[in-house]
Amino acid sequence: MKKDVLFSLKSLYRDDLRVTGYRFGSGEPAACIVGALRGNEIHQMAVAAQIVHALRGIEAQGGLVPGKEILVIPSVNHFSMNIGKRFWSLDNTDINRMFPGYDQGETTQRIAAKLFEVVKNYRLGMQFASFYMPGDFLPHVKMMDLGYQEPSLGCAFGLPYVLLRNPRPYDTTTLNYNWQVWETQAFSVYITGTEEIDERSTRESVEAVLRFLSAQGVIRENAWGPGEHSRIVTESELVSVPAPAAGLYRRFYHPGDRVREGQALCEIVHPLEGNVLARVTSPVDGRVFFAHHSPLVKERGVVYKIITGA
Amino acid sequence: MILPVVSVNLPVDEQMRVCKRRLMPEGASGRLPRISIVTGTHGDELEGQYVCYELARRIEAQPRLLTGIVDIYPALNPLGVDSITRGVPGFDLDMNRIFPGSEDGAMAEYAAAHITQDILGSDVCIDVHASNIFLREIPQVRVSETTAKTLVPLARELNCDFIWVHASATVLESTLAHTLNMRGVPTLVVEMGVGMRITREYGDQLLAGIFRLMHRLGIWAGEAPQVRTPIVSTDGKVAFLNAPTLGMFVPRVMHWEDVHAGEVIGDILNPLTGEGTEIASPCDGVLFTLREYPLVYEGSLLARVLAREEVRA
Repeated sequence: MKKDVLFSLKSLYRDDLRVTGYRFGSGEPAACIVGALRGNEIHQMAVAAQIVHALRGIEAQGGLVPGKEILVIPSVNHFSMNIGKRFWSLDNTDINRMFPGYDQGETTQRIAAKLFEVVKNYRLGMQFASFYMPGDFLPHVKMMDLGYQEPSLGCAFGLPYVLLRNPRPYDTTTLNYNWQVWETQAFSVYITGTEEIDERSTRESVEAVLRFLSAQGVIRENAWGPGEHSRIVTESELVSVPAPAAGLYRRFYHPGDRVREGQALCEIVHPLEGNVLARVTSPVDGRVFFAHHSPLVKERGVVYKIITGA
Repeated sequence: MILPVVSVNLPVDEQMRVCKRRLMPEGASGRLPRISIVTGTHGDELEGQYVCYELARRIEAQPRLLTGIVDIYPALNPLGVDSITRGVPGFDLDMNRIFPGSEDGAMAEYAAAHITQDILGSDVCIDVHASNIFLREIPQVRVSETTAKTLVPLARELNCDFIWVHASATVLESTLAHTLNMRGVPTLVVEMGVGMRITREYGDQLLAGIFRLMHRLGIWAGEAPQVRTPIVSTDGKVAFLNAPTLGMFVPRVMHWEDVHAGEVIGDILNPLTGEGTEIASPCDGVLFTLREYPLVYEGSLLARVLAREEVRA
């Protein structure tokens, strides 16, 4: 393993921001793994850190395939993480809305440019992503549907689902989108939890990435089995279930649970009087893909996403 | 009259409501020309608040001169305006990246869909922004090059100093202005002043332009105010000055002032080490953007200069 400060940024009264990369093997830039791009992506950083830890062991046992290089960058925006902010500490801009970056531009454009310069030539790119709404996902791999990606590759993670997303205008400045434009096979890996660490999900996510690296001939070892048989789904197969009322939220089902049409998924409780305002039922037979987890819910907030017929 | 545009229940005994104020001639019937003035998409931008208030006050002072409909939307992101939050509180979501929204979406997308629907049918929309807390802008209209042919003639009426015709970017397709422009409502984006502040002088300047535009549209029978002739420029004529180092930026020049190539416009000072770095203009021109918030990192935008030949054009 070779540990490098890939780039750094000075601050007036704080320590430097040092973005550290961990390289395993040498040769073809085969795979790059990026953890936290945002300050609240603590679990995403933790998973990437465990991948560093696992790859050290694999390297020590001669498990790397010669001629292939793996780069892991566990965290980019720990400047914000250290002070409890999600976006950039000064101007609140999102590094993951700045790609491919601009080296003469604003601070976060420069950070994105420096990062992209380092990661853009890898054949495979993985980023641990987070969602803007409070909730838990069934671990899955998301790929932007740009017409030239290979969805079947995503199945090699052995996670239950590979989700294809039609990019929207605001997606065009994300790392995932730009990786694909630069002909990297890019995957956003969604894990359970963002600000809290779910040990089981951490373990499963690390195994999924190592399984994928093995299937792609980047590491030799595959001690993790084939994983689950992945199903490729599009966003149109996800049914969003909105909250019909606002209030306190009582969740009955978790990501991965199977539900039947008409089954009660959750209750919305009057926040001041305690009575049940609404009982939300599943509109379809399927499997819970996303479940809201904050104790409060707004009217129309998405409380569940269900994969039909799963 | 104050009309509801969209509302969503919040968890504990509160509704998020977007409202508009409609001013129209008493007893009017039939199809009337209509202008919509919107602001407050970013909760930390308050310059449009004075414009909304003062526009209604001036119209109500001479109601017989009103010959069309004026819809005023002072806070598209009411939770943001009320909590000094740029995005939509609770989501850290930029409301101006989710248009046209979705009827089936969560709170912000649902609100965006209803706001869009409500504005459709207007003859013109003016979307008033105020930079952010970091930069001060002279009153300017920003127009993408794909809509320039339609919008620049309207923008010339707005009494702004500058019309910036910028390159189109895919990411901007999710803005309110792009959505409305694509759906047949010519929409002008005005940037002026600075975040979290109200500059009365800029507000009055824009108001003169709005009355002139209303006159042109047949909404205002009063005299059309004289307006200044704006500089119309493209991206290629705008020089960006980004901070080469970190520290506290202290300007030496005034905003909207002529500067010369090599002239020092300010200093970046490091109060801990005592180091100072002079910042010079890269060209002759006029300074139309100037940093307001002193703390800078490498890359922070300090100023924008409109190159001299463009100023003379």
